[in-house]
Amino acid sequence: MAYILKVDHLTKSYRSGSRELTVLNDVSFSIPEGATFAIVGPSGSGKTTLLGLCAGLDIADSGTVTLCGTTLSSLTEDERAILRNEKVGFVFQDFQLLPTLTALENVVVPLELLGVKHAETTGRTLLEKVGLGDRLDHYPNQLSGGEQQRVALARAFANKPAILFADEPTGNLDEATGEKVTDLLFELNKEAGTTLVIVTHDMELARMTDHMIRLKGGKLMKNETAV
Amino acid sequence: MNTPKKQKAGFSWLLKMAWRDGRASWGRILLFMASTILGIGAVVSIQSFSDTLKENIAFQSKELMGADYIIDSDKEPNERVQFLMDSLGGFDAREVSFASMASFSGTDQTRLVRVRGIEGGFPFYGSLETTPENAAQDYQQKGGALMDATLMMQFDIQPGDTINLGEISLPVLGALKKAPGSNSMFGAIAPPVIIPFRFIGPSQLVQLGSRVDYEFYFEDTTADLEVLDETVDPMLDDENADLDTHTSTSSRLGRRYENFGKFLNLVAFIALLLGCVGIASSIHIYIKEKLGAVALLKCLGATRRQTFMIYLLQIAFMGFLGGIIGVGVGLLLQQFFPYFLGDLLPVNLSLSVSVPAVVSGLLLGVIMSVLFALYPLLTTLGVSPLQTLRKQAAGSSLSRKWAWGVFGTIFLSIFLISLWLLDNARYALWFVIGIGVTFAILSGAAHLFMKGIKRYFPKHWNFEARQSLLNLFRPQNQTLILILAIGVGSFLISTLYFTKDMLLAQATLEDQQNNPNIVLLDVQSDQRQGVTKTIEGNEMNVISDIPIVTMRIASIKGRPVNEIRRDTVNEVNRWILSHEFRTTYRDHMVDSEELISGAFVDSADRQGVIPISVSENFVDDANVSLGDSISFNVQGVIMPTVIKSVRRVDWSRMEPNFNILFPAGILENAPQFRVFTTKAGNENVSARFQQQLVRLFPNISVLDLRQLLNVLQDLLGKISWIINFIASFSIITGIIVLFGAIRSTRFQRIRESVLLRTLGARGKQITRIVALEYLYLGALGSLIGILLSLISCWLLAYFAFDTTFVPSWFPFVVLFPGITLLTLIIGWSNSRGVIKSAPLKVLRRE
Repeated sequence: MAYILKVDHLTKSYRSGSRELTVLNDVSFSIPEGATFAIVGPSGSGKTTLLGLCAGLDIADSGTVTLCGTTLSSLTEDERAILRNEKVGFVFQDFQLLPTLTALENVVVPLELLGVKHAETTGRTLLEKVGLGDRLDHYPNQLSGGEQQRVALARAFANKPAILFADEPTGNLDEATGEKVTDLLFELNKEAGTTLVIVTHDMELARMTDHMIRLKGGKLMKNETAV
Repeated sequence: MNTPKKQKAGFSWLLKMAWRDGRASWGRILLFMASTILGIGAVVSIQSFSDTLKENIAFQSKELMGADYIIDSDKEPNERVQFLMDSLGGFDAREVSFASMASFSGTDQTRLVRVRGIEGGFPFYGSLETTPENAAQDYQQKGGALMDATLMMQFDIQPGDTINLGEISLPVLGALKKAPGSNSMFGAIAPPVIIPFRFIGPSQLVQLGSRVDYEFYFEDTTADLEVLDETVDPMLDDENADLDTHTSTSSRLGRRYENFGKFLNLVAFIALLLGCVGIASSIHIYIKEKLGAVALLKCLGATRRQTFMIYLLQIAFMGFLGGIIGVGVGLLLQQFFPYFLGDLLPVNLSLSVSVPAVVSGLLLGVIMSVLFALYPLLTTLGVSPLQTLRKQAAGSSLSRKWAWGVFGTIFLSIFLISLWLLDNARYALWFVIGIGVTFAILSGAAHLFMKGIKRYFPKHWNFEARQSLLNLFRPQNQTLILILAIGVGSFLISTLYFTKDMLLAQATLEDQQNNPNIVLLDVQSDQRQGVTKTIEGNEMNVISDIPIVTMRIASIKGRPVNEIRRDTVNEVNRWILSHEFRTTYRDHMVDSEELISGAFVDSADRQGVIPISVSENFVDDANVSLGDSISFNVQGVIMPTVIKSVRRVDWSRMEPNFNILFPAGILENAPQFRVFTTKAGNENVSARFQQQLVRLFPNISVLDLRQLLNVLQDLLGKISWIINFIASFSIITGIIVLFGAIRSTRFQRIRESVLLRTLGARGKQITRIVALEYLYLGALGSLIGILLSLISCWLLAYFAFDTTFVPSWFPFVVLFPGITLLTLIIGWSNSRGVIKSAPLKVLRRE
């Protein structure tokens, strides 16, 4: 089986004043290509830290992360950025849209970074797909939370990522909007055949994935297949 | 293992992103830009004006001189000079000029004027501008005088009235508006009167001791002026004459104005620096707000260089735009300069755009903006993409090495720009040190103030007063930048006031019994008794009656002056070798003198070497010291002397002072004339006395020191006007920086105010908190600035001017409350909207 992400004996600590705090302790798992995967656990269990390390946003103290065949620790910060641009998509809890850019401009940023021609046409199509064809020139502060997260979804799929990391994608939305966004996320993911990694403490959302791991106090508790 | 390929987004994407991001922040970017516009405008206006003036002077050099070249001397040309002039084809026109008293028919008034007796077709270039116009052509033939237009207006003299000069009376044919060779600055002290040369003899005004200038004009368009300068001029130097070409004279004149321009440029540069401090502070907050976007862009795949470049481009563009507007402002401003400077300008100015000034304005805009934004900009490099997930993720501060690197680059750049503006490495270095010290003291004071408040916090004060004090050291406070902006502005303006006071105080006539206000020059020995009688007849006293003997230096330390002149590495100042010294002899020192080395010899006889006393300035310029020998040519007689003492002379005293002082017993029988000083109780007595004196002794020149002081004050007034004008740019820049700083922290203030309002604070209380905060800042900034300038001016007075410094009250009474009030108004008006609106409405809008 081909694995798109391999995590091997990953450990990460932070300094908090004079105290050393181990956030992740010897975590190992692998995610097969095209799978949907959930990382669950209570607050402070190390979910977000794990996501950051898997996506190359940070470097572990020990252990390795191999993403799309590349060991992240061997890359410089800029090389990791380029890898993310080519292979990775992100959806954040707080949407993380650039406030000074319109919806369309936000969506096309990853494409422009890749040097894709006609990025705007692709961006337009994606926004139409998430139901925001009439909101192309709106700025984030002119959109509702649900709409902002849909723009973020369009952006996440813009560069046709091999893997998409979603950090509590419905955490800032009401229940009904959250459901709609979840449906859209899975729909787009299925269509694109992207590997999806969701970090959440929402068990209902986690159960929608093929695989689930549970973190507690920085340690991997259970590696289970979704019901 | 796959290594990622190179990023594909190119420069055009960076530009696009810079534009997209800046688009939403235009208002703020404009405000940053505004803080540099005036500084650049001031620098460009002065640079462009200086360049234009220099060009005009060079272009009009022949018109300024009226001839191709001049040979001039302060004594009648000897055979050798005559021979040299003949070998050049002979002069085409000549002039004798000197200061003399003039009186006018139909009025009792008298006035010191500069008589210019002209023969020949002078001027050969340019013209004598007169009213009526034909007077300039007719005066030679009709035998009349052309009189300074301002003087005619002051004395209400009409063409046809008579002017009396010594023994002659001539009809005034017209008002002289402009003449080559007349300097408006000296013209204010002794206005020019042009008469035909043939009347000089009959006037009997040229007598022993008269300071007469002989000028011979040459019209020769084919002459190689550089060759003349190099070959004939040194020969003439040996004969105490001088050759000036129109090109050398204009470049000398150009340099004189250029120096003033350089000084103004520095004042303007300070305004620009102040604006840059504003930029640094505003960009700091701006970039801080952008760190989230930087992290996100990195998360989406942008490299560190790309994110850095997006904001660098934004700031460079802002600087460029500021440069363009600044250049426009500067070019507009230079149009006003001729009005400020008026007749201080030597030429009719046709203003043009100086390309180097425009280019330097644009470059300054970009360089200074980028330079001062560099520190906050570099922090973007350290931003971790992890901040998208964790807000508290660290890594956005600059390492100490980088920080020092940035500061070093800033100081080096300021030094290089100062060097370019001043063209003198030592002055540029002192300027940078001065700026550094001023900024360090101001920021040190701000830090101390904040520390002091923290330590000795007045817990018993009421809520508003305490809250406003707390605002001064909250996170992201603007205390430092506001104190810098207000402090530097106040420092500049009050320094200008104090310095002007100091200069004027130096020249002010102290109202004491023994301080003269009238000096009589060229009194012949046989007129001594008559003059004394006239003085006493007007119920005045002779304060001093000083004998004057003219002489030139023949040799220094045994080397003849001509040999020293030819020695290219000699360290003797040129004027020493050709100057006609007016010396005196006495057996005591006077109040304005202080013995600094050697022993003062009060009397001597002609046996052996004569012991003399020289001034400190003379020692420096002649490169001599105690015990050195100097020989003087006293009207044909060579007198060997030795320096026995050195005196410090207070030249600022408006009374006769001397570089060379002989002991009693040597010069008593030498040909001499005298200088009298006296004091007139009021203007009427002074006028009556001058009329009598001119009638009885027409050759005597009267220097009315009160009149001289008025001229000086007028001159200083004009100069200080333009300095104040340029310095006001610092103040306005300070206000813009203040405005920008307040706007930058607006959101934070709103949140605080909203929080306070939500907790139940009333509008009045918030107003009071805001007002008090700005009151503290305004008062502290202006007070430190004024005190700093007081200290620096006191040091200047003590070390440079050697005078007691009595500061003007203006900075304390007007500047201090004025700037404090201004700060309060700007701060309060910016927060008014926040105070008035409903909390939720404000938060939504922001």
